[in-house]
Amino acid sequence: MGEPFIHLAGVRKVYRTRGADFLAISEASFDVDAGELVSLVGPSGCGKTTLLKILAGLHPHDSGVVTIGSPSQPFDPARDIGMVFQQPLLLKWRRIIDNVLLPAEILGLPMAASRARARELLALVGLAGNEEKYPYELSGGMQQRAAIARALIHDPKLILMDEPFGALDALTREKMNLELLRIWEEAKKTIVFVTHGITEAVFLGTRVIVLTAGPARMADNFGVELPHPRTLEMKTSEKFGEYTRRIYRLLGME
Amino acid sequence: MGGNAQTVQRYALAVLSHLALIVAWYLFVKLGEVPKFVMPSPYDTIHALLVPNYRWVENIAVTTTEIFVGYTVAVVFGIGAALLFSWFRWLEMAVMPLLVSLNMIPKVALGPLIIVWFAYGIGPNAMMAFAICFFPIVLTTARGLREVEPDLLDLVRTLKGSRWQIFTKIQLPGALPYIFSGMKVAAILAVAGAIVGEFLGSDRGLGYLMLQVQVTLDTAAMFMAVILITLIGMVLYGLVLALERMLVVRDARIS
Repeated sequence: MGEPFIHLAGVRKVYRTRGADFLAISEASFDVDAGELVSLVGPSGCGKTTLLKILAGLHPHDSGVVTIGSPSQPFDPARDIGMVFQQPLLLKWRRIIDNVLLPAEILGLPMAASRARARELLALVGLAGNEEKYPYELSGGMQQRAAIARALIHDPKLILMDEPFGALDALTREKMNLELLRIWEEAKKTIVFVTHGITEAVFLGTRVIVLTAGPARMADNFGVELPHPRTLEMKTSEKFGEYTRRIYRLLGME
Repeated sequence: MGGNAQTVQRYALAVLSHLALIVAWYLFVKLGEVPKFVMPSPYDTIHALLVPNYRWVENIAVTTTEIFVGYTVAVVFGIGAALLFSWFRWLEMAVMPLLVSLNMIPKVALGPLIIVWFAYGIGPNAMMAFAICFFPIVLTTARGLREVEPDLLDLVRTLKGSRWQIFTKIQLPGALPYIFSGMKVAAILAVAGAIVGEFLGSDRGLGYLMLQVQVTLDTAAMFMAVILITLIGMVLYGLVLALERMLVVRDARIS
């Protein structure tokens, strides 16, 4: 494979507040290959969102190295990041298709081509026929699908997802996990997926990075050797159980 | 929501309740044999319109002008001030507390001063309308401009979007429902402001007319004046509502 797409070495981040410094991340080091779906899993306050924001270029890190891109996969930080948050954060006054087009507008991409692409992406995420609706006409799960289409509109190489299914009910969440895997396989993007759901992390990830809180540190980094496409039956397999137990143990829950 | 039939039913009920009030008014005056100078009947009230001395058309025009001018200036300056506050934080920190203090002044108490400074007439009364409805517009607009999801800002920042893009694509359209909620409150206040101005000092307008006919105990004309003032207010409110329907998506509206 050659060079990794994302390379982190000894990344450290401290939030300085009045009184005490808060160590958000200490010594995070890992590599991600292009096309991987990496789960960052851990409890609240383990620094997983901080790490995502460092990758997004939104927060500076205090020390260590963060490199994204490689000679074969050049990376433009202004154009190659798509973001999905816990809330869909669709603009209420825009129709679904115009919501999806927001990043294209900001980047000044040609509108006619982007509009056609937005339609394709809405079909990809299972929202064909909903282009002209307003966000309030869609359910939470459907809104989050639109948010995923929005993250893909400018064809970024890296998608950063911050607990995107955390606000959904359990069944919708399972369904969205399968949908995300399908979208990931079709769109061929590198995805960093932050979650506090342990089974979700294993089910989705080609690799799982475990972060622990108090002190915030990177506790584990392992590849998930389950075949693709993943199926729900795999969740009851011996191997799947081993992976989840490994994480539970690290988080001190076993 | 609901079907067409439901909408028709809703409007029908609203019209009926208004008619019922008028009928109740009529019955109360007729059956109670209430003297005309205490409470005129609906018929007497409409009849007051025929007194040419009262110059209804001119008075309506004057009061309407005061309300609309004061209100429009308040909307322009109110939204303008809130925009400046959102662009220059230091300006907001300096001026907002001052506005809050100034807003504590009962605007009606400024009436005699306004007369001393600007004499009386349409201008000073429009100023009174402005004074009373400026602040709610500033406050709600400023609040609307502040309510931006931080994650949404992050999204735009990862795309290296400009501040102007954030403003035009997210901040301003997001603030529109707030702006309209302030404008609706202000529409009602503007009417009160103009009328109070006319009470305190003027030589024309429906408020002025009310003071004139009070002397002669022409209660029917007073009733008519109140109804006309209310109608002007309803027209203004209706225009704001119509504009809101055009510009704000239903789900985002704040009532």
